[in-house]
Amino acid sequence: MPISKTYLSDLKVRAGKAKEKKAILGPDLDLSRYGQHIERGKIESLESLPQQAKEAAIMAGININEELRSGSYFQVDHSVVYESLNKAYEGQLEIMSTTDALNTYDWLEDYYWRAVPVDQDKYTAQVELNMTHGYFIRVLPYQKPQYPVQSCLLVAESYISQNVHNIIIVEEGAELQVITGCTLARSDAEGIHLGVSEFFVKKGGKLFFTMIHNWADNFHVRPRTWAVVEEDGAFVSNYVLLKPVKSIQAFPVAYLKGNRSSAKFNTVVYGLRDSYIDLGSRIILEGKETRGESITRTIAADESVIYARGDLVAKTRGYCLAHLDCRGIVFSNKAKIYAIPQLASEGALKAELSHEASIGPIAEEQVEYLMSRGISREDAVSVITSGFLNLDISFIPEFLDRNIKEVIKATAKEAL
Amino acid sequence: MQEMLKVEDLWVSVGNKEVLKGINFSLKYGEIHTLFGPNGAGKTSFMMTLMGFPRYKIAQGKIYFKGEEITDKDVYERARLGLGISFQRPPTVRGVTLRKLIEIMSNKEEFIEDIEKLNLSGHLDRGLNDGFSGGEMKRSELLQLMVQRPDLVLIDEPESGVDIENIALVGDAINTLLGKDKVKEQKRSAIIITHTGYILDYVNADRGYIIFDGNLVCGGNPRDILSEIKKHGYRRCAECR
Repeated sequence: MPISKTYLSDLKVRAGKAKEKKAILGPDLDLSRYGQHIERGKIESLESLPQQAKEAAIMAGININEELRSGSYFQVDHSVVYESLNKAYEGQLEIMSTTDALNTYDWLEDYYWRAVPVDQDKYTAQVELNMTHGYFIRVLPYQKPQYPVQSCLLVAESYISQNVHNIIIVEEGAELQVITGCTLARSDAEGIHLGVSEFFVKKGGKLFFTMIHNWADNFHVRPRTWAVVEEDGAFVSNYVLLKPVKSIQAFPVAYLKGNRSSAKFNTVVYGLRDSYIDLGSRIILEGKETRGESITRTIAADESVIYARGDLVAKTRGYCLAHLDCRGIVFSNKAKIYAIPQLASEGALKAELSHEASIGPIAEEQVEYLMSRGISREDAVSVITSGFLNLDISFIPEFLDRNIKEVIKATAKEAL
Repeated sequence: MQEMLKVEDLWVSVGNKEVLKGINFSLKYGEIHTLFGPNGAGKTSFMMTLMGFPRYKIAQGKIYFKGEEITDKDVYERARLGLGISFQRPPTVRGVTLRKLIEIMSNKEEFIEDIEKLNLSGHLDRGLNDGFSGGEMKRSELLQLMVQRPDLVLIDEPESGVDIENIALVGDAINTLLGKDKVKEQKRSAIIITHTGYILDYVNADRGYIIFDGNLVCGGNPRDILSEIKKHGYRRCAECR
């Protein structure tokens, strides 16, 4: 049964009122520039994607032959072109578009826009008013698929606004890994990607979420993400941005609602050309004995500007422990990094919150140390930089790792 | 026997301070020399200059290694020519693991036995020197040199920060590194800085020198020099200049 019309119309009203509401952070964008609507036909397999799209997807971590994946979701512009579920996981896992899920499950009312406020800003409003699918992934209670689900949100044309609403539900005692690649088929594409993501991790569940963003010089991105974690649940988010972007602003939130729940954010950002990057992570510790960690590694090259924010908010009456670790390297005298860690205890008498933030060059003595082993200066800088960014993310294909190294090699020279 | 290393009238400064003042030195293939001297006398500066670290500015003099002048060569070029160094206090490089470095330098599989012998199996996936104890640092340095296979090894205070139990392990590792434990293998040369002389119980050095105030002031049997230092300290060195 579909979700109730009353609830949907209420959401539309709230979104309508927020249509012009500017976001607190990031440059304000005129969404009317991106009015094109492009529908695509279904494909039989990911192998049959056009070559450019295939290459872009591969570079965003998507496994085209779907080996070592429990399922796939693929969206191009405004259409869902492919969905699949590995037969071995039938009855354990559901993958479909959020549009289909809203038409199938009336109980989705308990999740849809329950984490992210629909009227947060003009971007959340746009996603509700002009939603163009997004994925719905649900793992059933106590199921633990061995391999990740992969999803790709690809933009192939200019002047479009891809407005996706993603929902992941990890039911009680279940575990799920998700790799999402958001990318462009054309490096000259001009447009915007708006992604609302609402994740729900139930009692004892675990969600390992990895997002790879590959954008380009003329593309804007405004993700809005909340993860709600119930007792004994765990949420791990890995985020990687290694390509230029016109502007991106996101401040994902992990809301540790249940006792003993935990969250970890790993963020790797490499600012290139004139990218404007404003990224953060917020962990709200409400349950007792909750734990949070946020690790950010940023490198600013060329003329890029990076805001690396971190926010720990303790609200629990019990014990909680959380730490922010934010480190940055500036590779160019025209690049900027602003590291902004923030700790807040709202009457949380037993909360232990800490942070360390640093911005500094690659230490010359480290470079010379590796050189004394016969490694050239250029390679030594590359190895150290790559080590600095390495957060050991599972299921990331080797070529992506190679891609990271190539980007470093191409830009690290500036740091010498 | 031919000279492997020859240093002629070497004058070096760090910042505004002159640290080496006209050093002449030579070492033949397969020889092991030890350097003694009080703190700040120039021992480490001499080693760092031989390795080519840019902080050590050569004002005058020349360095020849295996018949080639290396005075102006970069650190990694010297390393590739066959010079290797074990640091007294190596820097921490977080994110670059010992395993990674070994893989870059050579093939890890070849060194499994050495890794185990040096008790470093549990350290392979840790950042270089990140939280390593004094002994672990020394062992890691020697392992890296085993992988690098230099012809001339510069070892800066192998016993500093190492407990008595570990000194034997470090001494054995130095002998393995220098090929002293194998009859047929070509012997490597070494210059070893030592304060305490403990390492001489394990490593058979051919010659010893004292560096005092940036100069090599005397040379001879390393054990004799050590016993002289133990008796009189470095007080008499000023007279020998």
